[in-house]
Amino acid sequence: MDEVTMRLWRGDRSGGAHQEYRVAAQEGEVVLDVVHRIQATQAPDLAVRWNCKAGKCGSCSAEVNGRPRLMCMTRMNTFPAGETITISPIKAFPPIKDLVTDVSFNFEKAKAVPAFKPGPKEADGTRRMFQEDVDRVQEFHKCIECFLCQDVCHVIRDHPENQPAFAGPRLFVRLAALEMHPLDTNDRLELIKQQAGLGYCNITKCCTEVCPEGIKITDNAIIPLKERVVTEYHDPVIWLVRKVRGQKR
Amino acid sequence: MAVADRYETHEYDVVVIGAGGAGLRAAIEASAQGAKTALVCKSLLGKAHTVMAEGGIAAALRNVWQEDSWQVHFRDTMRGGKLLNNWRMAQIHAQEAPDRVLELEEWGALFDRTADGLILQRDFGGHRYARLAHVGDRTGLEMIRTLQQHAVHKGIDVYMECTIQQLLKDGERIAGAFGYWRESGKLVLFKARAVVMATGGIGKIYKITSNSWEYTGDGLAMGLDVGADLIDMEMVQFHPTGMVWPPSVRGILVTEGVRGDGGTLKNSEGRRFMFDYVPEFFRAETAETEEEADAWYMDKTRRRTPDLLPRDEVARAINAEVKAGRGSPHGGVFLDIAARRDAEYIKKRLPSMYHQFKELADVDITAEAMEVGPTCHYQMGGLRVDADTTATTVPGLFAAGEAAAGLHGANRLGGNSLSDLVVFGRRAGLYAAEYAAGLSGSAAVDDGEVEAAACAMLAPFEAEGGENPYAIHADLEACMHELVGIIRTESELLRALDEIGRLRERAKRVSVQGNRQYNPGWHLALDLPTMLTVAEAVTRSAIERRESRGGHTREDYPTTDRDFGQVNVVTRRVGEEIRVCQEPLPEMPDELKRILEEKG
Repeated sequence: MDEVTMRLWRGDRSGGAHQEYRVAAQEGEVVLDVVHRIQATQAPDLAVRWNCKAGKCGSCSAEVNGRPRLMCMTRMNTFPAGETITISPIKAFPPIKDLVTDVSFNFEKAKAVPAFKPGPKEADGTRRMFQEDVDRVQEFHKCIECFLCQDVCHVIRDHPENQPAFAGPRLFVRLAALEMHPLDTNDRLELIKQQAGLGYCNITKCCTEVCPEGIKITDNAIIPLKERVVTEYHDPVIWLVRKVRGQKR
Repeated sequence: MAVADRYETHEYDVVVIGAGGAGLRAAIEASAQGAKTALVCKSLLGKAHTVMAEGGIAAALRNVWQEDSWQVHFRDTMRGGKLLNNWRMAQIHAQEAPDRVLELEEWGALFDRTADGLILQRDFGGHRYARLAHVGDRTGLEMIRTLQQHAVHKGIDVYMECTIQQLLKDGERIAGAFGYWRESGKLVLFKARAVVMATGGIGKIYKITSNSWEYTGDGLAMGLDVGADLIDMEMVQFHPTGMVWPPSVRGILVTEGVRGDGGTLKNSEGRRFMFDYVPEFFRAETAETEEEADAWYMDKTRRRTPDLLPRDEVARAINAEVKAGRGSPHGGVFLDIAARRDAEYIKKRLPSMYHQFKELADVDITAEAMEVGPTCHYQMGGLRVDADTTATTVPGLFAAGEAAAGLHGANRLGGNSLSDLVVFGRRAGLYAAEYAAGLSGSAAVDDGEVEAAACAMLAPFEAEGGENPYAIHADLEACMHELVGIIRTESELLRALDEIGRLRERAKRVSVQGNRQYNPGWHLALDLPTMLTVAEAVTRSAIERRESRGGHTREDYPTTDRDFGQVNVVTRRVGEEIRVCQEPLPEMPDELKRILEEKG
């Protein structure tokens, strides 16, 4: 029977290294299947997150041969036969153990987002929204929170010191979803510009490239948000109107 | 080390265990009622099984069909459940589901829209009218994210990657819950006045399942251990359409929405075999020929296609076709939507199905048929609850969602799960908070009991050279799949009981490698007794019900039996033993009986 060779990162916060495992190959498998078989037969304490095994929950993010991927959606037959496959935890967040990382950054940032706040209902007591008005926001709602976009964003990947001042692509998608929600009335521009650090993003589109849901993060979420910030803060006409009326942002 | 130094302690009015739809909704409600509330979950927040729900949430909103009403939804639910349902739960569910869906919209959920801007509803098996509010085929994701974000904004304390292993009592009433942090392996005690079980189902005792690792029946086993009743444990739903190939994805769900949106089932001869499997119970409302069924897609006032019979019927039919040698190459049948719908329609309505087959099976569902077969999907049985308050038979213990039983009877209709989660999740939070507020003084936890639990949890580290927990789990899955699967018979069920007994002995000798930090082998070792308890409850209940009904099919008792239609099979722990008995269903009031008797 064919064998596959996998190099899995084993370690914790204090450090670690890749360790080699050989297991029998089986038809039609994905990377996560092989990791599970290693766990069941050779490394029972191998730490890995997973839930749905169908690309819907975003738990099993890792770097497979250096590329950020969902292990459950990466088929083994996409690699040349005999190639050693190297799996590392996502790099942008601190390791906890083996392939599991500390992604609490994302949950903390989410707490700071001002909640959805709908305006009044229609006169007949309903909420009317048309499909074409919700299509874009539904695209953002496809996000499975795998945090691969966060992982590749060089603002935090290469510069962890930016993390306090930068929310990252996942949160920009979330903010865009709220800002473009047809019913929402809350104001988040201050947060987007200041605490979320939208200005750090220089639209290299790395996040869009790795999104397993195909969300056009840069084009559809980040750039429109940047435009809103520019209009609100730097449009001279709006600035003048505010000055005259004594309004503050 | 002193007992109290071995674990951290938190104190709450209400502790909700499980953060899927039911747990989140319960926590939101308990917190809104002023109770100090904790939400404890085994995974990261937002990853619970609800995220995988695809087709939609059933509610008689009447946006597509004015004729719909709670009465029709109630009738569909009861008939789908083969009348074994708790009538009051079915009534409350049908009445409150529309409000809960609209509430999700108020909290930011964006369902697909009708032409005049309201929530669109789709057809599903067993529902007379197009009733399922949905977002393409990722409705569960929309729901869990909406609830998650709402809960976060309400400031509810969330304990992620924290597993509860045991409930604690003060006399007869609940006093707390004890468990461990998955990350550090450190032990944690929650003192609580009330606990809500929202731990979901039991699919991980089966080999082929649509369920994730979390579905080990924790809430059921923990409830049973502190004296709560379980009912209907023999009622396990095998969803008719799981993926069958490649082997690694076997069991992954293919939404019923495929059939709701026009997909039909065919055997290897190209025949639409469901016409051969229409039971008497549904004959009056089901189309008899392909022409008649096809006409229904255009005119929904016609009789429905048998492809959309309730799940138990379709799963049995597929099983029979495969057994008769008319299956697909990989042991399923064909599900074809490409023949009726164009590529654009399919990609818009079923984007994640398209993606899933393309990525995992190299199948383009807009051009070719899918191969599908039954997969263990849902447990109708679970903790016995009071219909209005969700209180179990143990004071202070409440249950909602898949962990609770009664609403779905012998078989759940698609779409009735998401609505169940929010209707009864809300009620669980409400009544748990009310109960907690009515208690004076804090509950006393017995240090000795906690210490004993701690020792038991750490025991697998003491043993060396013992059994591999993964191997025992695989053997349990195989045993349940082969002997307590879709079609059951007494001799096999008895063999399963013997095997479960042997597995229990092996589980006592389990040993784990490594340390307590994020150690899945240890976690699984702790889940084994839980899964074995649940497996035994399913098997004993399946032996007790000597008839075929809904999710329980007996080869040796192939028909429904009038007397068994009047009883629940109840599971209780008596000392070390798990025992089952029959108890009468609650009596339905006459006005609801009349709704059921109306012609469909």
